[in-house]
Amino acid sequence: MPLQVKRLLLAFAVFIAIMLVLKYFLTPDSWREYGAYRGKALTEISGKEAKYVEMETCAECHDTIAGLKTQGLHVSVQCEICHGPGYKHADDPDNNDLEIPRERQFCLRCHTKNMASPQDIIKQIDAVEHNEGEECITCHNPHQPWL
Amino acid sequence: MESLYEALANLDGFIYPNEIALNWDLLIVMYPYITGLVAGAFILASLNRVFDIKALKPTYEISLLTALAFMLVATMPLITHLGQPLRFYEMLITPHLTSAMAIFGFVYLWYLMVVLLLEIWFDYRYDMVIWSQQKKGFMKFFYKALTLWISDTSPESRKTDEKFGYFITVIGIPSAFLLHGYVGFIFGSIKANPWWSTVMMPVIFLFSAMVSGIALVMFIYMAINYLRRKKTDIFCLDTIAKYLFYILILDFTLESLDQIHRIYEADESFDILKILVRGKLFFTFFIMQIGIGTLIPITTLGVLQFKKPRERTRKILYLIISIFVLVGIFFMRWNVVIGGQLFSKSFYGFTSYKVNLIGGTDVSLSLLWFIVPFFILAFLIWLLPPWKKFVEKTN
Repeated sequence: MPLQVKRLLLAFAVFIAIMLVLKYFLTPDSWREYGAYRGKALTEISGKEAKYVEMETCAECHDTIAGLKTQGLHVSVQCEICHGPGYKHADDPDNNDLEIPRERQFCLRCHTKNMASPQDIIKQIDAVEHNEGEECITCHNPHQPWL
Repeated sequence: MESLYEALANLDGFIYPNEIALNWDLLIVMYPYITGLVAGAFILASLNRVFDIKALKPTYEISLLTALAFMLVATMPLITHLGQPLRFYEMLITPHLTSAMAIFGFVYLWYLMVVLLLEIWFDYRYDMVIWSQQKKGFMKFFYKALTLWISDTSPESRKTDEKFGYFITVIGIPSAFLLHGYVGFIFGSIKANPWWSTVMMPVIFLFSAMVSGIALVMFIYMAINYLRRKKTDIFCLDTIAKYLFYILILDFTLESLDQIHRIYEADESFDILKILVRGKLFFTFFIMQIGIGTLIPITTLGVLQFKKPRERTRKILYLIISIFVLVGIFFMRWNVVIGGQLFSKSFYGFTSYKVNLIGGTDVSLSLLWFIVPFFILAFLIWLLPPWKKFVEKTN
């Protein structure tokens, strides 16, 4: 075998040995615990700080609004869909205010006329013709909207 | 919340929540682009070696070194996009067969270590031995280390270099095909996305890679000669242009075939794709990819096959064409990567994507990973100058 080929094979053997050593030491402990990923990734992800709470948590303090909402068309719309993530607010209400969107454009995100949206489930209006310039909440209570 | 509302303002029609923001941005456009340049540059080198096209000889080493320079940063757009720089090596030490992306470690190492480095090593071994004898101090040691401390310059050893170099080039051609075919496979195998999911994808990626790699080497060859104040071999340029012309035609035909197939089949995704291509992708698809990147180069190169203007005019045309092709292939990657994420899988709506020129990281990092290979190439050419090789003396 020619000298340069021998030397190359040696260099490759050294490289492969280094890779095997690195593989031994650097492969995460929980690799392949369940499948082709780090098993510990699951606990890391579940350990992340929560951002959202559920409607029941909101109802603990805002029971009047929650009661109003159960009778209206927005019953299935979670509070945080309009008000944003509420974990911090629930944890420390004095220092973490939530958003109260009042502008017309906000409601139109769901309720503007859109042929691609299911019209029998989400009520839609023509934003140009329907009381242009008025805020929606002047007539409609977002917690118990009427038609 | 603010950014979500801003994003919502850029939607049309109905779209699922996880489709609002694009997961793969400009950096993921750069990944197939750079990888394609590697495969294309290598295939141009192989044309010279395996098929013995002597006119391409001046670009042989430049092609190989270009391929290596771009290969060394090919993973960087992915690593920077993932945003986990301390875990990137896990890609290389935990490969497995259940995900196309996890195979990347194997594909990358095979191509870099077994094909590119070995071919360059066999090609330069003799010269590095001579340079190690001529240089002094650190450079002497450095060249010696590169030769793996072998100082054999006998004709037999040179024959061995030649034989093994040839053998590796022969292995290298299917490897280069596999490398870029693999990148196409990543997109082509995503069956949920009708813009990507086609068995033609690996083949289209491969041919567009060859087109972009050849254009890049043509550009670099002219740039190097300009910087060295040397005359560019017009016969070599004409030959590169001829191959670029042939492969451009093949590439355009394959892509057209894919589109014709899609148009004729007209499955349930066709309406949304039609709106996508005529609307959000109109500029990048029809003007940049097809117009600037394909039709203008094909027409110009086609005319040049029959009618040869003055040398200087030809050189200027080749320079412009190489840049046009490089821009066109960039937009081809853009149309695939970004285009595939712009429409909803409900087929009822669109999202939008704007590159972050200020404030974001996608443009600055993409530019960085496109510029860095040129610096690496400058270093490689300084270290292994193709014009200082000792071929003539020994032959």
